Amino acid sequence: MTLKTTIGAMEMRNPVMTASGTFGYGVEYADLVPLDRLGAVIVKGTTLKAREGNDYPRMAETASGMLNCVGLQNKGVEHFAEHIYPAIKDIDTQMIVNVSGDSAETYALCAERIDSLEKIPAIELNISCPNVKHGGMAFGTDAKAAAEVVRAVRKAYHKTLIVKLSPNVTDITEIARAAEAEGADAVSLINTLMGMAIDAERRKLCLSIGTGGLSGPAVKPVALRMVYQTSRAVKIPVIGLGGISNATDAIEFMLAGASAIQIGTANFVNPHVGAEVADGIEDYMRRHKIGDIRDLVGALE
Amino acid sequence: MNEIQHKFQLKLAVAASEMLSERVAHIVLTDDRPLPAMRPGQFVQVAVPDGGVLLRRPISIHDISEADNTLHLLVQTVGRGTHSIASVKQGDEMDLVLPLGNGFPDMTEGRVLLTGGGIGTAPLLYLGRRLKANGCEVTFLLGGRTAKDILRREEYEAVARVMTTTEDGSDGERGFVTDHSLLGREQFDAVMVCGPTPMMKAVARWASVPCYVSLENMMACGLGACLCCVQKNHEGHNVCVCTEGPVFNTNELEWK
Ligand SMILES: Cc1cc2nc3c(=O)[nH]c(=O)nc-3n(C[C@H](O)[C@H](O)[C@H](O)COP(=O)(O)OP(=O)(O)OC[C@H]3O[C@@H](n4cnc5c(N)ncnc54)[C@H](O)[C@@H]3O)c2cc1C
Ligand SMILES: Cc1cc2nc3c(=O)[nH]c(=O)nc-3n(C[C@H](O)[C@H](O)[C@H](O)COP(=O)(O)O)c2cc1C
Ligand code: FES
Repeated sequence: MTLKTTIGAMEMRNPVMTASGTFGYGVEYADLVPLDRLGAVIVKGTTLKAREGNDYPRMAETASGMLNCVGLQNKGVEHFAEHIYPAIKDIDTQMIVNVSGDSAETYALCAERIDSLEKIPAIELNISCPNVKHGGMAFGTDAKAAAEVVRAVRKAYHKTLIVKLSPNVTDITEIARAAEAEGADAVSLINTLMGMAIDAERRKLCLSIGTGGLSGPAVKPVALRMVYQTSRAVKIPVIGLGGISNATDAIEFMLAGASAIQIGTANFVNPHVGAEVADGIEDYMRRHKIGDIRDLVGALE
Repeated sequence: MNEIQHKFQLKLAVAASEMLSERVAHIVLTDDRPLPAMRPGQFVQVAVPDGGVLLRRPISIHDISEADNTLHLLVQTVGRGTHSIASVKQGDEMDLVLPLGNGFPDMTEGRVLLTGGGIGTAPLLYLGRRLKANGCEVTFLLGGRTAKDILRREEYEAVARVMTTTEDGSDGERGFVTDHSLLGREQFDAVMVCGPTPMMKAVARWASVPCYVSLENMMACGLGACLCCVQKNHEGHNVCVCTEGPVFNTNELEWK
């Protein structure tokens, strides 16, 4: 039986990845889950220049989910390359960097810097962050803007390029096709759904900037539908995420057409969930007599 | 304070659980194996039983007894999460991630004032016990709205001198902890505080010696991974309360 999964030129031991912004740089979880049981870790959103992010409060729990408006707080790509990369480069899983920007040029410059880091086999281009004023989601909600960013990055970056899509659109397949046409090796979806929470007693917005991105079990049906549609619209692999909390959720995404999956918010609830999902997928394959994980992808009856 | 400390996700047994007042539960947890070493001021992330809410809830370490291998929590019912946690029964199992955060400084000498209001007094018991054992001279100044809010007084008294204030004057001096006559009478080498933010700010304004506060920002991961729990420091940068705190020297904060 094999769980080996290939995305572009990158090989993973299994299809279980952790989602950007929910797993730090991996090391934060090292005591709680064996990182070598994961297919890949996608690290925090990284930008060309340091960003302070939005003010506190940055989160609010909602029914079966949570809103966040962290706003891409990070110390910039140079700090990542100089200080963080040396500490994570030998972790025994694929370490992927999530890249954000505010113009095609800053995305490309950030990607170019990461291209030079030998042990980073792939980047995930975040054109879908709902929590920053300039850029982010603006590039992921317009097919022309998305194409422009992917084109610029594709020129600057030579390894595996994953483009992360926003669900805050009328037709996600249109953006997926634009990314594919410009040379993306895979698309991942979904990023968070834009939402809001209000504290009735205090008559106040719960988040500092009012709106935030919804994640967790609440978004799963929306994500599953979008993965199903997108995997039928493009030929490149689709990486599915949104509300995955256990192996059954992960298998549903793979049946819908995802070649790999990511786990985000569930890491907060159960830091060990990544390893449990990997075990659960193996168990499912045994029970269903599936020898190669690839035979699970899109295998609806 | 700086030795490497590992984190664990453990299923602990509830050895006892009782309501100390209408809103506060005292939960005693234990395990067959020795509990990991924990520092005063650190906290645990509790998985909320029965799935009513999604995220874990951060709760301070109230006390540790190495003799009977127990971890004590005081939980005040606020919303759904804390209501579910407070209703656990003896024999139940609880899923915790621990120990988290930096903890209070491990002083080894001097006169230390430990003060808190309401549920904020929770971390002070273990802290006082540790500082006393280290050789510090400890004073507790516990505040509450009314006499019933002064929780587990005998346990604090067994460790060190206890002073109290209540807003209605039903226990100790009337007013807030910052109104207590002790503050005008005695000198301390350090002050450590936990309670509502306005109270901590008031104590910080009064204190002319190093003042440490324990913050209670809302958290998701508790591990330094999500950056949801941030607080602005004195340089205007966001720092994680769950890893760089919850305890801060007030000089490091954008306060006062
Ligand atoms: C490091 C740390 C240590 C803590 N130690 C203790 C402790 O020892 N004992 C204890 O009883 N509580 C403690 N708390 C506070 C406790 O975590 C919150 O009361 C709890 O998370 C609320 O969850 P809930 O589901 O009951 O309320 P929710 O339904 O989530 O919220 C109810 C109301 O409480 C507010 N609230 C939610 N979370 C917090 C929070 N973290 N701080 C302040 N207000 C909040 C919400 O804005 C809302 O108005 C601690 C918090 C932190 C960060
Ligand atoms: C606190 C938090 C921070 C996030 N930060 C990022 C980020 O920096 N870049 C990104 O592409 N997605 C980010 N996301 C989105 C997640 O990677 C993921 O797409 C989303 O949460 C849906 O998956 P989930 O339901 O499994 O959490 C963040 C999500 C959360 C909850
Ligand atoms: S709660 Fe996630 S970083 Fe502090």
